[in-house]
Amino acid sequence: MEVIINGKRVETKEGEKILTVAERNGFYIPVLCFHSDLCAMASCRICVVAVNGKFVPSCSTEVRNGMEITTNSPALEKARKINLELLFSQHQEECDDCIWNLNCKMLDLAKEYGVEINRFWDRKSHYPVYHFGASLEYDSSKCIDCRNCIEICKKQGVEFLEIKGRGHLFEVVPSEKENRDCIYCGQCINHCPAGAFEAVGEFEGIEKPFAEKEKKVIFQVAPAVRSTIGEEFGLPYGSVSTGKLVSSLRELGVDKVFDVPVGADFTTIEESKELLERIEKNNLPMFTSCCPAWVKFVEFYYPEFIPNLTSVRSPHIILGGLIKEHFAKKEGFIKEELMVVSLMPCVAKKHEIEREELMIDGVRPVDYVMTTREVGRLLKKSGVDFGNIKEGEMDNPFGESSGSGVAYGTSGGVMQSAFYNISEKEAEFREVEEGVSVAEVEVKRKKIRLAVVHGLGNAKKVLEQLKKDPEKYHYIEVMACSGGCIGGGGQSVPTDEKIRKERKGGLCKATGEKKIRKAKDNQEVIAVYDDFLSSEEAISKICHTRYYKVGKSFVRKSEQKEKNGD
Amino acid sequence: MVDIILKLKEKQLLGRSGSMFPVGEKWEVVRSIPSEKKYVVCNASEGEIDTFKDYYLLKNYPEVVIDGILIAMDTLGAQKGYIYLNKDYYQEFFPALKSVAGERIEIVEKKGGYIGGEETAVIEAIEGNPPEPRIKPPFPSEKGLWGCSTLVNNVETFYFVSKIKKDDYRESRFYSIGGDAPNRGVFEFPESITIKDLLEKTDNSPSFDYFLQVGGGACGEVMLENEINRKIDGLGSVIIYDREKTDINLLMKKWVDFLLVGNCDKCTPCREGLYRIMEMIEKGNYDEIEDMFYVMEETSLCPLGKVAVTPFKTLLKKIWK
Repeated sequence: MEVIINGKRVETKEGEKILTVAERNGFYIPVLCFHSDLCAMASCRICVVAVNGKFVPSCSTEVRNGMEITTNSPALEKARKINLELLFSQHQEECDDCIWNLNCKMLDLAKEYGVEINRFWDRKSHYPVYHFGASLEYDSSKCIDCRNCIEICKKQGVEFLEIKGRGHLFEVVPSEKENRDCIYCGQCINHCPAGAFEAVGEFEGIEKPFAEKEKKVIFQVAPAVRSTIGEEFGLPYGSVSTGKLVSSLRELGVDKVFDVPVGADFTTIEESKELLERIEKNNLPMFTSCCPAWVKFVEFYYPEFIPNLTSVRSPHIILGGLIKEHFAKKEGFIKEELMVVSLMPCVAKKHEIEREELMIDGVRPVDYVMTTREVGRLLKKSGVDFGNIKEGEMDNPFGESSGSGVAYGTSGGVMQSAFYNISEKEAEFREVEEGVSVAEVEVKRKKIRLAVVHGLGNAKKVLEQLKKDPEKYHYIEVMACSGGCIGGGGQSVPTDEKIRKERKGGLCKATGEKKIRKAKDNQEVIAVYDDFLSSEEAISKICHTRYYKVGKSFVRKSEQKEKNGD
Repeated sequence: MVDIILKLKEKQLLGRSGSMFPVGEKWEVVRSIPSEKKYVVCNASEGEIDTFKDYYLLKNYPEVVIDGILIAMDTLGAQKGYIYLNKDYYQEFFPALKSVAGERIEIVEKKGGYIGGEETAVIEAIEGNPPEPRIKPPFPSEKGLWGCSTLVNNVETFYFVSKIKKDDYRESRFYSIGGDAPNRGVFEFPESITIKDLLEKTDNSPSFDYFLQVGGGACGEVMLENEINRKIDGLGSVIIYDREKTDINLLMKKWVDFLLVGNCDKCTPCREGLYRIMEMIEKGNYDEIEDMFYVMEETSLCPLGKVAVTPFKTLLKKIWK
């Protein structure tokens, strides 16, 4: 089968979309609302091409044999220009305050097509801002109604964002239904082409951790950030920049830089212990709980599965606790004088640190969460020359992590680490359905079925399967975001499957470079157990937590004028 | 038994929703496509302003319409049929239709506004989804309800299918005449009749200065007295406006309000284009309206955005000077 694009014959397969075929053959078609993670919504009408003189959206139109396609002409340019002007007429520009600041598709297209971005007044300028917990903000005055956020929210199995009538028009709003709530994965952020979604504190909060001058600022860096932070500075996807990041943070005046994978080694040890216990007591399946969006998903949508979540705290919470309770004492600091900041690929972590039950004697293990994007912005603002900075070394008061700890940043890492910690060889996984990989292993002479799941929509499928067949899987890792934390809602934008693959590749490289592979072989971690985590009480205080059924959280709505005030 | 599809082709029956699509051809596609199940949908969503020919048929000839649906189901091998009724018709006709329809035909109430009557939106609604148009192709005849080949035809089309089967078809169609017409109503006349003759024969030739809207009270084309020596293509609906009594701006406002509420707001040109047209009407300044027409006609997702341009374009050209 073949089609003719701009006069040139090209091979195609049945069912392919015009855009796919054109891109593969090097023909440029401008796109705006198209995102390869989603079914084409075909709403923006920017990617129109001419087929036998008629304009069709290339993102969603299937090729037919012999089709003659023109990707550019004055008539197409005119249509794209006017549609862009109409899109800008519903988008209140706040370019300085936007996650797409430096790579905005809308602005690029505006330049490309000579668009008058203010041809029409912004009809949404009075639309409100919605605040979702401690994690997310949605400024509906920027929304261009492409509905990508609704699609990704649906794909995540959450369906919190929806369409509501507003006079003549519809608008995207958070659901008012009692049985719908945001679980803070933040995938709406990386799928919105208009920058309508952002993290809480995304712009105005980036200097907060440094505001209290008397405090010592300690940063701990999540595994998945090392292979993405470079993107903020134009480095190729998948570049591992651990050393540059450490030095850059020090330039900001950070006192200590710790590595979250060290915390992950504690999580691994505790979690594999719990797994063995649960296998013995036949109290399965067990779910991982490092991902706070997944935890909230279970707590809100599937509370019947709360007992299945491992009680082990997520790595940065454990490390935060160790810093404040153990490291502080050793070094002679007062824990109240420490400002522990987690550098995370995630916006749900902003919600996680607010959970009361994580407090240790009234003190939060982690004081602040900053995302990859936020730290990138702060470094740029502070004039740090990331590209040329000399590589530094982490401060590792509890030693260097194992490779397992670094692997936490990608889907499958937690499961592999926990299982590898109690077994001689690694489990071999095969993908059985989209986002679900399984392996069968033997532990204590029992056949144990492991499942690694990424993408909450896929996790929802697995939970439904478990409702019917509780024995289907025995140990399940879930990461809310596609690809795991490398695809997190706090990561650099854009994000798509290709980019996630590159990031994963970078992280695997970083994993392989670690001298120790298993958490239990990490002598320095074991030393902390001997030294500090020597009682069940201490372990429980630092390393374990609990979960509970939660009701719908309050969505605060603010008007435009107070938007920048909080 | 003579093949009904051959007869439909022979009689050149065209879809009476206004699409003018050859009915026999559509049936042929549904019949020939391998599909696990097949469905037949009677679209009775009649949503155009001041248009009521389907209402007339449902009220007076429900058994003929249902006979047409059953003929389609039997011919195409469809186990199940649907009648998709707009809200008012559902209220009024549900009991009567239910008693004739039998077990194989389900009666469904229309969801949403005007766009809810577009054939792929009808399919979405019957499936239980929001009534928004799908991207075509695939057409419903290829992939319709639950991915199965589905025939969607209008009420009047099914009426004439039954007539053709009984060799009782005289190349006629139904015209609804409304607005300031002296003798409002639904009338059956040959397809070839000119608008002029139609008005005369139905005692609807206005004695006042007038203009017409042909093809529906929202998306129909505005026509002047000197244009009526021609037959009607598209929807069989004529609305007469008394020129003196009609406030042009108010009329356009009525259209744009109807369309803005009735569209699905999914694609940029139809959503934003109509919004800006509304603004232009409010300001009475049409300097930039051509650009709106351009993107709506060329780049809208479904037929609504394309035809929504017609009333404004023709009115501004012919009457607004």
